[in-house]
Amino acid sequence: MYGNAYIDPNEKPLSILDGEDPIKLAEFEARIARGEKIEPKDWMPKEYRKQLIRMIEQHAHSEIIGALPEGTWITRAPGFKRKLALMAKVQDEVGHAQLLYSAAETLGKSREAMINDLITGKSKYSNVFNYPALTWADSCVIAWLIDAGAIINQVANAKGSYGPYGRALDRICTEESFHLKYGHHNVVTLATGTPFQRQMVQEALTRWWPPIMHFFGPSDKISNHTTILMKWKVKMATNDDMRQQFLNMYVPKIWDLGLVLPDANLKKNEETKLWEYTEPDWDEFKRVINGGGPCNAERLAVRRMAEEKGRWVRAALLNKSEKYVTPLA
Amino acid sequence: MINSLDPRIAREKINEDNTIAPLTEMDNWETYEVFHQKKRGEQHEHVGIVHAPNNEMALLFGKEQYGRRGISVNIWVVKTSNVFASDYDDADIFETVPDKQYREAGGYKVMEMINKYKKENKVK
Ligand SMILES: [Fe+2]
Ligand SMILES: [Fe+2]
Ligand SMILES: [Fe+2]
Repeated sequence: MYGNAYIDPNEKPLSILDGEDPIKLAEFEARIARGEKIEPKDWMPKEYRKQLIRMIEQHAHSEIIGALPEGTWITRAPGFKRKLALMAKVQDEVGHAQLLYSAAETLGKSREAMINDLITGKSKYSNVFNYPALTWADSCVIAWLIDAGAIINQVANAKGSYGPYGRALDRICTEESFHLKYGHHNVVTLATGTPFQRQMVQEALTRWWPPIMHFFGPSDKISNHTTILMKWKVKMATNDDMRQQFLNMYVPKIWDLGLVLPDANLKKNEETKLWEYTEPDWDEFKRVINGGGPCNAERLAVRRMAEEKGRWVRAALLNKSEKYVTPLA
Repeated sequence: MINSLDPRIAREKINEDNTIAPLTEMDNWETYEVFHQKKRGEQHEHVGIVHAPNNEMALLFGKEQYGRRGISVNIWVVKTSNVFASDYDDADIFETVPDKQYREAGGYKVMEMINKYKKENKVK
């Protein structure tokens, strides 16, 4: 669940096409089938709008919250070059959030409303960011592998049917390629470094593997709902497809470095061409996404603090009538 | 009290159950459309949106958001509320008909006339 929004399994499935004008619906579906994009003022089914708002909003929240675990190491990055690069990456991620909030706003939900839903815990964000970056190596594993997962998701979604989301994602993907290279360079540096550095990156990888396997979300139930979202090009690939794509691209690169993944069953089945693995612990996933993870409380408290501390600045910028007065002493 | 791994957060001494008043509409100001020019001589092109309290800040945010990798030489910002757009439902206003060939370059063919003239008048 990154761009593929997390939908609570207990949520009542809407009868998705209820009350929609059949002629407009047919035109809308024909436009998508022709590969044309949907623009903000076009007619769209209520469920299309709702799913897209949820998906883009969750994606925006993930970018802004994702800046927190990585930001943990800005003050103690190993050397000036790494510090500059990490600051640039974190700035990009916050910029991605802005692009995505703007894309979601074109569907009719204000940025303020989205931020309110984030800080009250009503909206979700990518579950991986509820885990801490315990060491510098954790931030390197995040930059490489979490961003790699994000790219797979974002490249797929960039081809979706909603114009503003696709355009934001194209822009985002360009910057993500720097994140990926930066992350890989960091991991390779540690993995080919001193025994202590190697141990550090191995331990970080071991810690992050379960959240990485959770990253794309549980297998999609093949439901009417999923089928329609795929026909509308809201959902561009199943969670399992994206997980397979990720494993196929990155497990060999991890093994190349002689690093070990904590799953004895992980291997590619040469006949089916699919990766086999131990089923991730989805109860843990649900527990964490519903607030029980090690950092959920911290992440939201930090966002609330940031919003609160910025409030007077935002108000002051709006009202320029106050003149700056030179201090007397 | 949050004992964060991030020293910048730890020193803020934040309570986990801090609550704040919700953001009200316009807390994040209004939106501006951003246009950039990739290099001198090219057209400005729409790149996206920023939220800003005024023109100057919109330029600053526009530069930071869309121009931070040196791909722009110039930026315009326009309040979204000042953009008047045609409706996609009215897309048929752009349709044209085949008998408007008189306004296309391809509507003016002369080779046949020239060749006929050359043949009849034995022009080499
Ligand atoms: Fe990201
Ligand atoms: Fe990002
Ligand atoms: Fe990234």
